[in-house]
Amino acid sequence: MPTARSEITADEIAQIIEAHRGLEGPLLPMLHALQEAFGFVPAEAHQPICDALNITRAELHGVISFYHDFRKAPAGRHVLKICRAEACQSVGGAALAEATLKKLGLDWHGTSADGAVTVEPVYCLGLCACAPAAMIDDRVVGRVDDAKIEAMIEEARA
Amino acid sequence: MKIWVPMDSAAKALGAEAVVEALKAEAAKQGIELEIVRNGSRGMIWLEPLVEVEIDGARHGYGPAEPGDAAAILAGSGAKALGPVEELDWMRRQTRLTFARVGVIDPLSLADYEAHGGLAGLRRALGLSGQEIVDEVKTSGLRGRGGAGFPTGIKWQTVHDAQAPQKYIVCNADEGDSGTFADRMIMEGDPFTLIEGMAIAGIGVGATRGYVYIRSEYPDAIKVMRRAVEIARAEGVLGSDVLGSGRAFDMEIRVGAGAYVCGEETSLLNSLEGKRGVVRAKPPLPALEGFLGRPTVVNNVISLATVPVIFEKGAQHYADFGLGRSRGTVTLQIAGNVARGGLFETAFGMSLGEVVNYIGGGTASGRPVKAVQVGGPLGAYMPVSKFDTAIGYEEFDAEGGLIGHAGLVVFDESADMLQMARFAMEFCAVESCGKCTPCRIGAVRGVETIDRIAQGDPQAPALLTDLCDTMRDGSLCALGGFTPYPVMSALTHFPDDFATAKEAAE
Ligand SMILES: Cc1cc2nc3c(=O)[nH]c(=O)nc-3n(C[C@H](O)[C@H](O)[C@H](O)COP(=O)(O)O)c2cc1C
Ligand code: SF4
Ligand code: FES
Repeated sequence: MPTARSEITADEIAQIIEAHRGLEGPLLPMLHALQEAFGFVPAEAHQPICDALNITRAELHGVISFYHDFRKAPAGRHVLKICRAEACQSVGGAALAEATLKKLGLDWHGTSADGAVTVEPVYCLGLCACAPAAMIDDRVVGRVDDAKIEAMIEEARA
Repeated sequence: MKIWVPMDSAAKALGAEAVVEALKAEAAKQGIELEIVRNGSRGMIWLEPLVEVEIDGARHGYGPAEPGDAAAILAGSGAKALGPVEELDWMRRQTRLTFARVGVIDPLSLADYEAHGGLAGLRRALGLSGQEIVDEVKTSGLRGRGGAGFPTGIKWQTVHDAQAPQKYIVCNADEGDSGTFADRMIMEGDPFTLIEGMAIAGIGVGATRGYVYIRSEYPDAIKVMRRAVEIARAEGVLGSDVLGSGRAFDMEIRVGAGAYVCGEETSLLNSLEGKRGVVRAKPPLPALEGFLGRPTVVNNVISLATVPVIFEKGAQHYADFGLGRSRGTVTLQIAGNVARGGLFETAFGMSLGEVVNYIGGGTASGRPVKAVQVGGPLGAYMPVSKFDTAIGYEEFDAEGGLIGHAGLVVFDESADMLQMARFAMEFCAVESCGKCTPCRIGAVRGVETIDRIAQGDPQAPALLTDLCDTMRDGSLCALGGFTPYPVMSALTHFPDDFATAKEAAE
């Protein structure tokens, strides 16, 4: 699933906000839906959200910045998440992550120069009995080794 | 021909989709008519993808399957044939109550669910008063499986007794602990159990609405749960007239946004309300002022998913398993550097060593075990000298550990415990909600202090101990308060790892 990219229009923003504003606790579902549609939470959506939910821009900014998931700018075409947590470390996850970042010439959260892939840390994917684990977009991969990572990156670039 | 291939994300992560494609292609080539059921995982993750084929009414296992095995699987032979799955040691040694159906049924078939005992608990509960429902949970001795081990029946009583125009059931499916995946497996493998458990909770305490807060790192579980809720609603299990009883209960799936601290119940409630996931001071208890300020039951997935079997088989049946004040079964998640990793449900009381060596088969690397972190990133590193500790809340507490969500992460002798202690502090710093200083600042100082130990500063270990005391005593929640567990257990039980660096520097 390459991240969906619609063109950002006031109409679509308004539609997404409208579809969620009736929920109890509508903000997170709204932000997720915006990010799903545009690949990030566009600044153009901030004021309409504040108006719809009667919150200040400071409050909204506080929420968006609190959560690791929400992006203020687009990521690469694919997002590769590598697990950094303990179970993955117990079977060489840290070295694997380090080698991958080095190969791509990136730091955590960096995007490859060709825009194909953004690499992010994740703390556990619930695949701790088949560690080390990684996820490319929504697809999970277990017992990751250099070859599997290589294949994931190749796929992202294709 | 009927074949089962798990759709559990661990099976998928190990290539289940490619195996399904290969099986379909091979069957087409041989002209065999194939019915493929996508089940949950039986929990033997080292054998995933574990394909099952029905032979004379028994389900025979084959794993770990690869696409090239398709012909052998269809022929029911080959070196990876395991025989009847129910007769494998791993299955026979378990007491599967909460996980009875996981891996057995088609997770999204309500008919399959009912045929295997599903909805019997809810039907029984619908004939009881709210107080009788709460009493049944008390009798079962069920304690929260999310980490703190608080008696579930007592929590329900508080919400039951509260007067309010609206009450809520909130399921904590944030499962952020490394080494844990029981919540994920049950949501992917038997979602109706969780729905049924929440419905019983709702009927019991008088809550008509529920939410499941699932972490965003679990896209597969989110999909299955969303679909299961739709099916349950369409079939009248959820809605304004639960199973024709005239009582109402409905629920919604919500998705987290990548913050570990949102597993803490009050932070979760803030997040659900659309706020920053900052921890709230208690009191007020969420049971009295929870979601949107209303009385709210917040329970872990496994706590709620265990409720149906308690009502199906009776509270006493459940309470008859266990050890001391830890009643019933514990859904152990065996992970990390281990030969046989997976989910193993058993009565409380087995020793840690038995689980690691006898069930888990020791390390995957074949090297000696060095430490086992029990209870997630806030749990202690247990050395082999503590392998006699029985799996029970009080028993672990007495040994300076905790059970938490019952995840075990095994490390072999190559583990560097100074690095693991450093990681614990780093994790706390990254995930701190920022509300209190000992956690927000302390964790950053902790990383620095451990780096000083690594550089050979002789004063640093005492500083670290002091810092851990401050974090333990001065933090509002267990993120800051329990990070000292992994750190201090590493320092105490593995002093060599903290000394070698020092000697090297001298
Ligand atoms: C930092 C932190 C993270 C937590 N993460 C979880 C979690 O992921 N899942 C969970 O059920 N409980 C988690 N808890 C425990 C919850 O606060 C709470 O005790 C639990 O959801 C209550 O449900 P239970 O009684 O059924 O266990 C966490 C606690 C803390 C302090
Ligand atoms: S201990 Fe840490 S995570 Fe918990 S409330 Fe304090 S700052 Fe927040
Ligand atoms: S620790 Fe990496 S998947 Fe759980």
